[in-house]
Amino acid sequence: MSRGRLSPVVAVVAAIGLAFLLLPLAGLLVRAPWSELPGMLAGGPVLEALGLSLTTALCATGVCLVLGVPLAMLLVRSAAWAAVPRRLLRAVITVPLVLPPVIGGIALLLLLGRRGILGQFLAQAGFGIPYTSGAVVIAQAFVAMPFLVFAVEGALGSSDRRSEAAAATLGASRWQVFRFVTVPLVGPGIAAGAVLCFTRALGEFGATITFAGSLPGVTRTLPIASYLAMQTDPGEAIAIALVLLVVSVAVLLLMRDRWMPGVRS
Amino acid sequence: MRDHGPVRSRIPSIAALGLVALAGCSTPAPPPPAPPGFLEGTVTVFAAASLTEVFDSLEPTFETAYPGVDLVLDYGGSSGLAAQIIEGAPADVFAAADEATMQTVVDAGHALEPEIFTANRLELVVPAGNPGGVTGLADLADPDLAIALCDAAVPCGAAAQALLAAAGITARPDTLEQDVKAVLTKVELGEADAGLVYRTDVVAAGGAVEGIEVPEAADIVNRYPIAIVSGTPNGTGAHAWVEYVLSDTGRQALAAAGFVTP
Repeated sequence: MSRGRLSPVVAVVAAIGLAFLLLPLAGLLVRAPWSELPGMLAGGPVLEALGLSLTTALCATGVCLVLGVPLAMLLVRSAAWAAVPRRLLRAVITVPLVLPPVIGGIALLLLLGRRGILGQFLAQAGFGIPYTSGAVVIAQAFVAMPFLVFAVEGALGSSDRRSEAAAATLGASRWQVFRFVTVPLVGPGIAAGAVLCFTRALGEFGATITFAGSLPGVTRTLPIASYLAMQTDPGEAIAIALVLLVVSVAVLLLMRDRWMPGVRS
Repeated sequence: MRDHGPVRSRIPSIAALGLVALAGCSTPAPPPPAPPGFLEGTVTVFAAASLTEVFDSLEPTFETAYPGVDLVLDYGGSSGLAAQIIEGAPADVFAAADEATMQTVVDAGHALEPEIFTANRLELVVPAGNPGGVTGLADLADPDLAIALCDAAVPCGAAAQALLAAAGITARPDTLEQDVKAVLTKVELGEADAGLVYRTDVVAAGGAVEGIEVPEAADIVNRYPIAIVSGTPNGTGAHAWVEYVLSDTGRQALAAAGFVTP
């Protein structure tokens, strides 16, 4: 598509699409108890949950970067493989995207829980994972990983490998090629993936409450606090949801355009 | 996640209405006068989700006893169902899991004279084999055991809090779950050594868990009221269902599911 004018039909449908995404959020804003908002948010539990959410989502993003970037490199390399292993690899990486998060949480319990395949040995050694903040990070990383892998894969796939080859023929060391050619080429893609991964981790609910549990200060993140507040005080639940929304939108707005997947400067 | 509002089963009632309408069209002659006591029409029952197994088991025998009646059972969280009735949902009978919820419907003028028909109480639940060696409520204070309770924001958590306060025990929970089934799941998977759930949940879970009766819980029961919704077009049918639930057959089914006498 060129940058010319949109046809009126496309513009109208796009407007409907935008309204579809925006109006539920508008509902949230309209129903928010604005006058009581400061009092609700200043309360210890909300700030505690916010702090826990930010910390665990940052850690989960770190885990995803360490594990996900090599995974993305493998995914790019798999283009040369036979169809079956290539599609299998892509399917495995996609699973957390399509799996209901609660089922993801159950799967993590069956592996890492106190009676899990691996977890029972860890528990015997005194490293029980469920009910810890570490379990929150694991649940978030499991669910958010595909966002990072696919964003980085996109960046790696579209980067021009000939620049690296040219640098090498011009006498650059492997480190110099990596530092001055590869990183500037794929860095924005990695940053975009990390931001998407962070916001997904921040909103994670189902896998977290199933695998990690819900205890204030330890495992009760903002989405869980919001869900529980809904049982007694919908106003407070909306207030907590707004905090989550503000943080996520702020992070996405800070992201430069060219980091966004699909945007070419 | 559970408790996402009522489980709707409108289709059967719509289908039933359609059948009634068709029957009306295809019989030009007026139907023979019904014998005294003969009931017909649809009876729509809104019931708390915890009554699902019991009411489902009572439906066939009720419909055999009253062949002209089509019973439609609609289950969900009590407060969600109450809100629907207050908004004018076409229910004939409402059975709630607690008195406070029923009272909101009575106060709104939508239910008449609720009657307590059964009760549920908390019980300790442990994984099969009781690996944590739990014997009573006091074990919930043991920091070495993994303990799952409901959060105080949901009814089972409020009941647990009242029970622990009455027993003078400060529990050391590892997680405060969003509903009673989530606590049960943690115990079933062996991720929690003990939890507090309703007696009916222990019965429904079968062999995967063991229940330990808590004497202290005898005083803290959830009492279940049932009432005919005011303005129902099928008052006699609604009355028949309420009587059936209160009958010996109804009591036996409730007892088998783990409910206790109020």
